[in-house]
Amino acid sequence: MRVVEPVVELARGLWTTLRMMFDKPVTIQYPEQKKPVKARFRGRHILKRYENGLEKCIGCALCASACPADAIFVESSENTDEQRYSPGERYASTYEINMLRCIYCGFCEDACPTEAIILGDQYELSFTDRRQSIYPKDMLIEPVPAGGSPTPQATEPGLYTRSVPEMKDPQD
Amino acid sequence: MNFLLVVEWLIKGFVWAMVLLVGFAYLTLYERKALARIQSRIGPNRAGPWGILQPIADAVKLIFKEELTPSRADKLIFTLAPIVTVVPAVVITAVVPWGPSFNILGYHLNLYIADINVGVLYIMSVASIAVYGIVLAGWSSNNKYAMMGGLRSSAQMISYEIALGLSFVSAILLAGSMRMLDIVAAQGGYWLHFIPKWFVMLQPVGTGIFLVATLAEVNRAPFDMPEAEQELTAGYHTEYSGMKFALLFMAEYVKMIAISAIGATVFFGGYNGPFVEKFPLLGPVYVFIKIILLLFGMIWVRATFPRIRYDRLMAFGWKVLLPLSLALVFITAVGIILSQQVNPMLILVIPLASILAAGVAVALIDHTLRRKDYARR
Repeated sequence: MRVVEPVVELARGLWTTLRMMFDKPVTIQYPEQKKPVKARFRGRHILKRYENGLEKCIGCALCASACPADAIFVESSENTDEQRYSPGERYASTYEINMLRCIYCGFCEDACPTEAIILGDQYELSFTDRRQSIYPKDMLIEPVPAGGSPTPQATEPGLYTRSVPEMKDPQD
Repeated sequence: MNFLLVVEWLIKGFVWAMVLLVGFAYLTLYERKALARIQSRIGPNRAGPWGILQPIADAVKLIFKEELTPSRADKLIFTLAPIVTVVPAVVITAVVPWGPSFNILGYHLNLYIADINVGVLYIMSVASIAVYGIVLAGWSSNNKYAMMGGLRSSAQMISYEIALGLSFVSAILLAGSMRMLDIVAAQGGYWLHFIPKWFVMLQPVGTGIFLVATLAEVNRAPFDMPEAEQELTAGYHTEYSGMKFALLFMAEYVKMIAISAIGATVFFGGYNGPFVEKFPLLGPVYVFIKIILLLFGMIWVRATFPRIRYDRLMAFGWKVLLPLSLALVFITAVGIILSQQVNPMLILVIPLASILAAGVAVALIDHTLRRKDYARR
């Protein structure tokens, strides 16, 4: 026979919820305050550049073949020393990602031999039209870094013969 | 003079109706805010400062929503049901006094709308009418979920109305009258200069039964069986939309306010409080504060306890609350007679014996549940 305990247990439940009232709310007022994303967050893609402004993407389309959602479309063209976009023979003349198809798995990141495509921090992707969901190259590519010059660049012959640069072990 | 009386009634009725309707709107905000705080959230805060305009935004949204009537529904009853539900909810509080009478500019003003000598009976009977609205809403929708919700609701409300009525009986016995004004007057004053003579002090278990039964009466969690989403989608208002839904929703929240006002009046001393004799306008303030606290209790319980199973709800109503409240009526009657015939101090028999009765009830529930638990193993 328990008389006090059942009542105490009901009261304990009530006390728990009452105590929570004086906790600090965990709410983040979203559009005004944003929580920083985690280091390995996979958001919108970014096409990277080298420090001198050349694009890292060499148009190999390995990302497109790795893509399980078939969201990436790449067309490549020949680089020349007068009109050089990226090191090596070829560059991506068309690079499109359909953001409605993309599942943000990050396989393109892993497939890329030059670490040209990176899934960034941006997650506020919205559009009012299906056609706006296709992000072309000029939306994806990052701005020219300070000290670099925009592509196409005129470069010395024989300087950029290698497509894939020397790379360290990937970090993070 | 007669004309003045009519004007007074009209003004008081209008004011009280407005208080209930605006109170309904802001009760939704109050509930959302309180629930949010309990769940470590902030709650609505976008529409106006602290979300003050949120109820208005909700109302505008509901008004502009499309109103659907199922093609096989019984159109007349389908339209009538929300009205039948909302009208009793609004008129039920007409007998609740909000303050002592006073003279203003040579005019004697009573702070209540109606003074019926069977006030408690009026409350019980009008409250029962609301069940019709709900069961008719469920039936006329021609939807099995709505039907189930309506039936559950009516069964639940009828079952708990008995416990509710019997918990009122002890208050009626203590006051010696069914008139709300007498009940409030009987709760005026203090014992030992600081314990208010509220009936909650004399009959704590009866008050507890009242509070539990009201939760079932207004279909609030943890007794919100008619709206058990997992089982019945939305219960009796599944097929309702637009303003008709708003009316059913309003009835539910107005009933919450009404039942809190009644509880505050019958068990928590009504408008009684410090200095209310000198400043009669403090009366409505005390009633308001008591209503707010009782409403907070309802929200708090909703945030704490999970919904109980339907058969257990019925078993609790019939097998626990009904015998217990009958026992309380008996204890109250005996205590009153003892205090009148033998010694006024023997009024203490009522709280002590009722707490003992409640202890026996708790022990019996515990025993039964544990025996069932043992049998299952």
